[in-house]
Amino acid sequence: MNPWKRLVAGCRKKSPWLFHMNAGSCNGCDIELVACLTPRYDVEQLGIRLEGSPRHADILCVSGPVTRNTAQAIRTVYGQVCSPKAVVAIGSCPASTNAFVGSPTVDGPLSKHLPVDVFVPGCPPRPDAIVEGVARAVQILAEREAATTPPARGDPAAADPAPVPSEQPR
Amino acid sequence: MTLSSALLRLLVFPGLVYAVPAAWFFLWVERKAVARMQQRIGPPLLQPFYDFMKLLGKRAPPRPGLEGALTRAWPVLAAASAAGAVGLLPVLPGAGGFAGDLVLLLALLELPAIFLIAAGFSSRSLYGQIGSAREAVMGISYNLVFLSAVLAIALAQHTFRLDGLAQPSASPLRWLGVAAILLCLPAKLHVTPFSLPNAEQEIYAGALTEYAGPELALWELAHGLEWVAMTGLVAALVVPPLGPGPVQGLIFVAVSALVVLGLSALAAATARVTIERATRFYWRAALVVVVVGAGASLLMGFAR
Repeated sequence: MNPWKRLVAGCRKKSPWLFHMNAGSCNGCDIELVACLTPRYDVEQLGIRLEGSPRHADILCVSGPVTRNTAQAIRTVYGQVCSPKAVVAIGSCPASTNAFVGSPTVDGPLSKHLPVDVFVPGCPPRPDAIVEGVARAVQILAEREAATTPPARGDPAAADPAPVPSEQPR
Repeated sequence: MTLSSALLRLLVFPGLVYAVPAAWFFLWVERKAVARMQQRIGPPLLQPFYDFMKLLGKRAPPRPGLEGALTRAWPVLAAASAAGAVGLLPVLPGAGGFAGDLVLLLALLELPAIFLIAAGFSSRSLYGQIGSAREAVMGISYNLVFLSAVLAIALAQHTFRLDGLAQPSASPLRWLGVAAILLCLPAKLHVTPFSLPNAEQEIYAGALTEYAGPELALWELAHGLEWVAMTGLVAALVVPPLGPGPVQGLIFVAVSALVVLGLSALAAATARVTIERATRFYWRAALVVVVVGAGASLLMGFAR
């Protein structure tokens, strides 16, 4: 890696911006994610920021079992997050659809739609578990970027908005 | 002002060599101060730099044609005009200026907001358009206060030159003007009670919703430079350029940082108001500032 890339990679580890998407969550995990921003957990000291727009984000945090209403939206939002990116599934719902398993309105779990990097299980998970999951996603993001060459323009990983989940090198 | 002194001001102090680190520093001071006031630890000192470098390393979505060209052009233009405004500030004694440089400064201070409005509309995002519309409405409201405050100071000093404007004056109008400029700062810098144009979460990210990667990095930098320019304008009006150069520079930076701290306290203590209340507030303030400020300075001009 040349010095410029090393500098950018170092800075990437110190500034993960999150976009939170609710895919039919009961709000329990959402509240725990927001609790990470409060004085008790204060993730801003790690450079983590909850962003308003998926375009600004590095890490997509998804909560909820992925209802049929949100399945298409979640793929669109994933396409709107710019590479390099990672996905963190917050709670048991996106991992296994949890209590909603077999429901006709649920089109989960999340890994059916997106390449998930980190699962943070729990119903809801504790804020420290979410912080740990995001920290692990940051690590994965750095390693993935170091291992692969950037996709060329026109590559599905860089396209926007992606109608189908683009294949990320895992 | 010779070419070399102009370049020195634009590129070194108070221009780019000072302004870019100062922009990151002020962005950090704002975030850190808000965090400390909320009993959080807050981001590390280099956080805005990390954010900037990370955004440079991200791949923005490809946008072909005119839309892509505009998307790339707006943040560059905004950063350039904000940097130019910082370079014009009368900080050092005897640094030179030219007739009417106040008009140029006012234009350069206003341009980033206009580019932001254009950027929101050209991004074709609904949220970008809402953010731009809010920025435009806010601009119409606070600029009346801002411009009449600057005009009152200029009339009281009988000059449109910035180095003349920075000279000490006995006129109480200057302090009215500075107070009115301070009143406009939260709206101009999108600080919380008036953070309507970029109202995060509420309208996603306002005008910048569609911006990503290097373009967003430049927008962040332009925003930081706006902080440096606006707080620097207050500092230049409050501190007359009389002392020796280095001391003057240090006092300038200290006063700018104090203004940033004050704005952070305001941001931590308040919640966002609605657009109607914000505009009503500025139009009422405008009434007071225009009638008292401009009226009194005109009367003083006739009495002389």
